[in-house]
Amino acid sequence: MKPTKIGDPNYFHKVVDCQWACPAHTPVPEYIRLIAEEKYTEAYMLNWDSNVFPGILGRTCDRPCEPACRRVRTEEKAVAICRLKRVAADNKGDVSAYMPIVPTDKNGKKIALIGAGPASLAVARDLLPLGYEVHLFEKEEKGGGFMRSQIPAFRLPVEVLEEEVDRILDMGVICHFGTEITSMRDLLDQNFDAYFVGTGAPRGRDLELPGREEVDDHIHIGIDWLSSVAFGHVSNIQGKVIVMGGGNTAMDCCRTSRRLGAESVKVVVRSAFEVMKASEWEKEDAMREGIPIINNRPPKEFVHENGKLKGIVFECVTPVRGEDGRLKYEPSGEPDEFIECDHVLMAIGQDNHCPWIERDLGMDFDKWDCPVLDDETLQSQHPKVFFGGDSAFGPENIIWASAHAHKAAISIHLLCQGKDPKKDRPPEGVNLLSTKMGVHEWAYDSQHDDSLRFQVPLVEKTIALSDIKVEVELGFDKELGASEAQRCLNCDIQTVFSEDLCIECDACVDICPMDCISFVENADEEDLRKTLTAPALEESQDLYVSDELKTKRVMVKDEDVCLHCGLCAERCPTNAWDMQRSVIHVPQLGSYNA
Amino acid sequence: MTFIAKPRVHHPSLPRNDLGLTRRDYEGSVSTLCAGCGHDSVSASVVQACAELSLPPHRFVKVSGIGCSSKTPSYFLNKSHGFNSVHGRMPSVMTGANLANRDLLGIGVSGDGDSASIGLGQFAHIVRRRINMLYLVDNNGTYGLTKGQFSATNDRGSTSKKGIANLYEPIDLVSMALQLGASFVARSFSGDKKQLVPLIKAALKHKGMAFIDVISPCVAFNNHVGSTKSYEFTRDHRDTAVNADLILTSPEVMADYEEGAREDVAMPDGSTLRLYKLDADYDPHDRVGALNYVQKMQEEGTVVTGLLYVDSNPVECHDIMGTVKTPLAQLTEDELCPGSNILESINESFR
Repeated sequence: MKPTKIGDPNYFHKVVDCQWACPAHTPVPEYIRLIAEEKYTEAYMLNWDSNVFPGILGRTCDRPCEPACRRVRTEEKAVAICRLKRVAADNKGDVSAYMPIVPTDKNGKKIALIGAGPASLAVARDLLPLGYEVHLFEKEEKGGGFMRSQIPAFRLPVEVLEEEVDRILDMGVICHFGTEITSMRDLLDQNFDAYFVGTGAPRGRDLELPGREEVDDHIHIGIDWLSSVAFGHVSNIQGKVIVMGGGNTAMDCCRTSRRLGAESVKVVVRSAFEVMKASEWEKEDAMREGIPIINNRPPKEFVHENGKLKGIVFECVTPVRGEDGRLKYEPSGEPDEFIECDHVLMAIGQDNHCPWIERDLGMDFDKWDCPVLDDETLQSQHPKVFFGGDSAFGPENIIWASAHAHKAAISIHLLCQGKDPKKDRPPEGVNLLSTKMGVHEWAYDSQHDDSLRFQVPLVEKTIALSDIKVEVELGFDKELGASEAQRCLNCDIQTVFSEDLCIECDACVDICPMDCISFVENADEEDLRKTLTAPALEESQDLYVSDELKTKRVMVKDEDVCLHCGLCAERCPTNAWDMQRSVIHVPQLGSYNA
Repeated sequence: MTFIAKPRVHHPSLPRNDLGLTRRDYEGSVSTLCAGCGHDSVSASVVQACAELSLPPHRFVKVSGIGCSSKTPSYFLNKSHGFNSVHGRMPSVMTGANLANRDLLGIGVSGDGDSASIGLGQFAHIVRRRINMLYLVDNNGTYGLTKGQFSATNDRGSTSKKGIANLYEPIDLVSMALQLGASFVARSFSGDKKQLVPLIKAALKHKGMAFIDVISPCVAFNNHVGSTKSYEFTRDHRDTAVNADLILTSPEVMADYEEGAREDVAMPDGSTLRLYKLDADYDPHDRVGALNYVQKMQEEGTVVTGLLYVDSNPVECHDIMGTVKTPLAQLTEDELCPGSNILESINESFR
């Protein structure tokens, strides 16, 4: 193999699995270290810079970082990255001094944002410090988008939401609330310098089954119903409720019903438990509240009597794993199952829907009603129109909206400066800083902590179920947060090797607890992976290969399960190994006032 | 010196041996020697060898004297018996331990100061007595603990860190061990575990005195240009006579070695010691030939490594003395002190 180019920003970025997996590339280990140092405000701001909504995400994020966490590979349970973010948000001090300075003299460019959800808000935050005049159009009376309308208050208290939404609005967004945009053509005629569409995926799917028409009053589209609850239009649900669907919306629907007075709530899912779309922890939360999840039951028909819903008939199927590894469903032979109910909440997915964008404006849409976009610039075929959040590529999570917003803001800024949003994009970068403070002294806590993942304390169940506004999770307190923070392996403190200093004494090989380091004859990657001290079988993880050493061998380090404990550097007599903090520079506008 | 404890977590694919233990279960505490010390690689090799042989850690007795080398038993086989004795006196203690309990696996670790200077007399006599043990010398040619004076194994002409040449002839422990009757004599290099680990495995299975002299560079005081015991000098001036490998099950034919260059020696426990002769004319069973070869190569400035001599029918101390098979430590008082009648009859036999 050729020597690894550690100057490539992606190389060490990939080693920081959590940051690499985060769509917004939040520098996770760095903020976790700040939490361990009780620097909550600084930890919050570091998050705010990357993902814009730390308090909200610390409660609701889909956490792509956690399955990626190296700890999953070294001991099974990831660091509770998401809930640590909440620790920073809960304990932060006054952040006003850190806010970016928004110039009073504007730069003369006007930007229109459509929809006041996370994507538009994040674009506003990135552009305002550069002097843009930002107009936000929203059909509801308040900002927040689906963070307000679809996430129930027992998961995300309104105060937390409003604090972070208002922080951006207060930077000087010109808000047009209660203003539904019904024609893109009319908006384009207003001659904004750029347009950003962040209207989400607002259409909940329905199910065409026999009897559907007749019982329309008793069937509710999940996201619309949650929105009605959020805005106070619905405050109770009577009788027996069936929630259909296996995603996070289904979990929110069933838990909300439980709190609004339903006599009984059942979740019925077409597919098997393990392939349900809902996050593991959301399924657990629902089951903890006594809500049964019934799997392998595709619905057949709605049963009604005199226009009144009686229940639903379900077919019984068995999942069988096909040769391609995917689950297929075969009839189980059991008789159809009838489940009584008075209301049905449909949470079987949602789609993009932009009827207000005329189809003759030069923008094409695919069959899912998603616009044709450049996925790097998020520019549509109309050069002035950009998309982000769910409206860009279909339903995702808040963290994706933040990530899209950063990219789109750069594109908009380049466009407004007369530059090319694709060719003139700023490059990524990496800085490496030695953490060596002295003999056996490092600027980070290198000692490995073998504690198991700490549990987030919950409010007592009877209290939680009595009021929809009571937040279920209490969050880690400072002490638990500090303990959990110690579990982080500091994967951004990189093992950097200098071949010209190495005397090949094997001290690093001998001390490495994970057998990551080998000195071997060079070969192709495929052969090398098999011949190392411990076989490097996780192919998604890179091998760090040095230049040729004096003995004609090379140093090969398997990045896979390295604990970043620094023992290799500690036992190296010549400082050929050094522990260096990698700071990844992901281009972004409007950084905070550090 | 490192203060951080080595994390207990290990590689997910780390194999378990026949006892269900991983290599990590054979480790000791984290070394307090200088970073980069060759001795740590020797300790790591002992750990690996014992783990691969599935030997129970609690059946070992590890004994050492004084010096950097003699600190190392703390860094391997945490769960075994051990004794850190007086300077140069490891052989006395090991002899006692072996006489009292012949079933224990003995590892004696010593250094060039401990064995070639203050303990030279002890070294000579334990080899003569052919105690059944592995005698490991971590040989770095310098007194590291007292800041780098020449030791008795330092070559004449080899320079100190300040550039002053050594005026005296070196003691070659390998030649002495051959001459004094060790039945297994090897030399290796701490920077070559591929060679060292199989040698340690073979030595642990050998019945009798197994002596391994390991060139183990001192990074603090004897790893400079001009030193003949540095990593670089040893790598450049090393020649291997015979490599050994221990095969625990029935041996398979290896294609990459020519027939004449390979030899299998049956070991008492049923395993096979396989020798790979890198020099076709070398005979690892010829004691006098080995002695000559080592001396001749030394004259030429070459450090010969590998398995230099192995006696196919070794004799150990208990064979010579005709002691009972049961370890003395396990005999009852009645058996050890059979009474005055027996004493009388013995005395009578001399009259």
